[in-house]
Amino acid sequence: MILDNGAEVIIGLEVHVELATRTKLFCACPSAFGAPPNTAVCPVCLGLPGALPQLNREVVRLAARAGLALGCAVRPRSRFDRKNYFYPDLPKGYQITQYEHPICEWGRLEVPLADDSVRAVVIRRIHIEEEAGKLMHEGDSLWQARGSLVDLNRAGLPLIEIVTEPDLRSPDEARRFLRELVSTLSYLDVSDLRMEEGSIRCDANLSLKPAGFTGPLEELARVEVKNVNSIRNVVAALESEVRRQRAVLDAGGRVARETRGFDEATGTTLPQRSKELANDYRYFPEPDLPWLALDAAVLEEERRRLPRLPAAWRRQLAELGLSAKDAAVIAADPTAARYFAELLEAGCDTRLAVTWMLGDLARLLNETHRGYDESPLRPAALAELLGLVSGGTLSGRMAKEVLDKMFETGQSAAAVVAEAGLAQISDQDVLAEEVGRVLAQHAAAVADYRAGKAQALGFLVGQVMKATRGQASPDVVNRLLRERLAADSAV
Amino acid sequence: MTAWEDSVRDTARAVQQGASAVRLVEASLARIEATEPSLHAYLHVRGDGAQAEAAQLEQMGASARAALPLAGVTVAVKDNLVLKDAPTTAGSKILAGYVPPYTATAVARLQAAGAIVVGKTNLDEFAMGSSTEHSAYGPTKNPWDPTRVPGGSSGGSAAAVAAGTVVVALGSDTGGSVRQPAAFCGVVGLKPTYGRVSRYGLLAFASSLDQVGPMGRRVADVAQVFYVMAGRDPHDATSVDGPAGDPTPDAGGSLKGLRVGLVDSQRAAAGPEGQAALDQAARALTDRGAVVSSVDLPHSRYGIAAYYVVAPAEASSNLARYDGVRYGVRGEGRDLAEVYFNTRGEGFGTEVKRRILLGTFALAEGYYDAYYLKALKARTVLAQDYRAAFASVDVLLTPTVPEPAFRLGEKLDDPWAMYQSDVMTVGANLTGLPALSLPWGVTEGGLPTAVQLTAPWLEEARLFSTAAALEASRPHPWTGPGRKGRTGS
Repeated sequence: MILDNGAEVIIGLEVHVELATRTKLFCACPSAFGAPPNTAVCPVCLGLPGALPQLNREVVRLAARAGLALGCAVRPRSRFDRKNYFYPDLPKGYQITQYEHPICEWGRLEVPLADDSVRAVVIRRIHIEEEAGKLMHEGDSLWQARGSLVDLNRAGLPLIEIVTEPDLRSPDEARRFLRELVSTLSYLDVSDLRMEEGSIRCDANLSLKPAGFTGPLEELARVEVKNVNSIRNVVAALESEVRRQRAVLDAGGRVARETRGFDEATGTTLPQRSKELANDYRYFPEPDLPWLALDAAVLEEERRRLPRLPAAWRRQLAELGLSAKDAAVIAADPTAARYFAELLEAGCDTRLAVTWMLGDLARLLNETHRGYDESPLRPAALAELLGLVSGGTLSGRMAKEVLDKMFETGQSAAAVVAEAGLAQISDQDVLAEEVGRVLAQHAAAVADYRAGKAQALGFLVGQVMKATRGQASPDVVNRLLRERLAADSAV
Repeated sequence: MTAWEDSVRDTARAVQQGASAVRLVEASLARIEATEPSLHAYLHVRGDGAQAEAAQLEQMGASARAALPLAGVTVAVKDNLVLKDAPTTAGSKILAGYVPPYTATAVARLQAAGAIVVGKTNLDEFAMGSSTEHSAYGPTKNPWDPTRVPGGSSGGSAAAVAAGTVVVALGSDTGGSVRQPAAFCGVVGLKPTYGRVSRYGLLAFASSLDQVGPMGRRVADVAQVFYVMAGRDPHDATSVDGPAGDPTPDAGGSLKGLRVGLVDSQRAAAGPEGQAALDQAARALTDRGAVVSSVDLPHSRYGIAAYYVVAPAEASSNLARYDGVRYGVRGEGRDLAEVYFNTRGEGFGTEVKRRILLGTFALAEGYYDAYYLKALKARTVLAQDYRAAFASVDVLLTPTVPEPAFRLGEKLDDPWAMYQSDVMTVGANLTGLPALSLPWGVTEGGLPTAVQLTAPWLEEARLFSTAAALEASRPHPWTGPGRKGRTGS
């Protein structure tokens, strides 16, 4: 994104993802969300005197998996460091993280852009670290609060932090990157990825590179917007930063290198009072944990089990003839991709599968707040229904009714059709079409009927029955013909 | 039976065979009551708890009791190791009233083996000091001379053993905190190989140096306690497997072929009485068949400097958790910063603050490479020195301390002089090697002297067998402070 004054927008992101392990990073406390405050705690995550960290190996496996999926080099040896600062949500007075030797380095994620080009974003590193507790303040901030409460259930949950190079060039690219990242992670079963529960948070760095600037990007004044909790807010924060920094530069000022916070109420960023007492984190190697040696067998197993990821899905779906948009929608959601794959396996016509899956099924799932994996209508059942449609047994409209019924009751298509007697064509819309065609083709018979020859109706009914190979319901055809002949004198 | 002078093995055997553990505990408590007014070795005595545990031991089935290697052995535990439901202060005001909800692994293993913890002992605040004068609860006195310090930081445990209030005690050794007070109080003290004993439940001072160590009146007592508590602990990722084999060292064994390295530079740093003790010990080893030669640790002179960068650096981080938010004493304040400043300003003593400042500085951006990283390099170089020495000798012989116990107050205002007390002990911590201090004799002024043995990684058994032979070769049997039959040096 080049602004009209020639400045280029430079964005890098740090994405914190809470990993979905059963227990915390350094103790056996459950990682369940929503327990009563300070009940999922022990000496280790409370930072009690004498307690020591004990590494949860499952975290290492998940971090390695995420690294592999993002094309990183996963290091056989990595190390933990301490990041020292004081804050009441940090029980030990330091956070155990990986500073000098992260477990994953140098990956990349290809992000589809609006113009169908692709932006390759370099992942500089992924490291493991522990989550802090949660504070609740009475007042605007802890510094002015009359009282604050600390809940340490969250303290010690495992996180990975995914750090990009400053490769993104607009807030929209940041949005697309985050969507692609979330969708990639969703294939890996590494995280619940629930924004509202804080399982993904983002620090966004933005600089404006003036036209003609040729120095290294590190020399630009970088503003870090910390701890933004949804993709929408990240985009809003970045857009607001572009406007703000632009205004500062246009007024002849200099953008200060600083940390800001995003204010959801105003949709703008605000200078953030440093939440720590000191900015120097005094990193040093965590003496309580030996170097982390990654088991080669674990890494190999993870490599082997790596699922097909969104980009590969999109390619494959495009090869099957799906539009870029449909392919993107299906590939973005692993439950959709799996559902679609199963529809095809069940012999479903590709075009029909896309139309019905992204149309009526998506509507029903949306209405009931379910994912494709929770759909009461399994792919095989939908495939059976769509088979009736492509075989001409059911019209589109009939199939919709059957689908609704199947979704509601869990019955098979055959059962719904039999129960409702739908196999016989009594669908008024289908038959009305046939009736219209017959009336148009047999103007003489219509005129005879209007002239009082009652037997002309029998002829017309016969023609409709013939056109539907006898599957039409005669009652319905009779009624439809009478209605049309009475109402539409123009025919 | 004079309970407080008996050995671990005699005590355990007697109790296994039905002797009253309750009476042993009562004797220990009575001895504490008699000596505490002059010594102040304890910060907390758990009379009721200890008696209840002794009673349980007596009610236990005979065969179950017979399986307990430390049945009825009374233990004093340094007050920086947590014991569930007993107050733990680490000698600091900041933890006044703190009662931990769990027990340190080292302590739990002793209890599981039948040992009975009778109390928590005094120490320099958070184990930072060499005299126990830095305890917020007042100094401990040396049982040999109450005008002198017992050493530190495990001064309370050393005094408790020397005064015969318990059979054995636990200390912690970060730069000599078990061995130096052991030397000052005339008891045996072991700093095991780093990782041999779990640090889970030990209030961290300097995590890469800290090690829990036993203290006792005999080498065998220390060995038996060590074998019980050593070994891997899932709660401590830095812990290693325990030693195999028989915990009882053979005092009468020949030392034929044992190569002993006498570290000349450290001999030279000791006073005349210390040198005399060292020379006698070297002769005794030769008499038993060992070959004593001189070795050099050329970089050991950097030990103190490296130690006083690494230890405070780690301490500055380890002590960050004492912020008044979750436990301990909280200072008043109008805002968060003031709460922090007041909690830590009022809660920590001078020496602890000095080390937090030192360590914070050493880790600060721009200084890290010059101090912390350089100190790590010094550790590596020092480790190479020891490795080179152990290529030609099996065990190193040095003094434990430059001089016998100094007077209370003598070095309190001179931290630099106080830090020099650790000059012969910090090497083992910086390199992770096991080292043992063995009382040798008594000076003309009536103070104990000691020698120190250092072995390669995981070779505690070699320390025990060498020390047991030396122990048997001492000119006169050890008798303890204030009693007849002192040995001259």
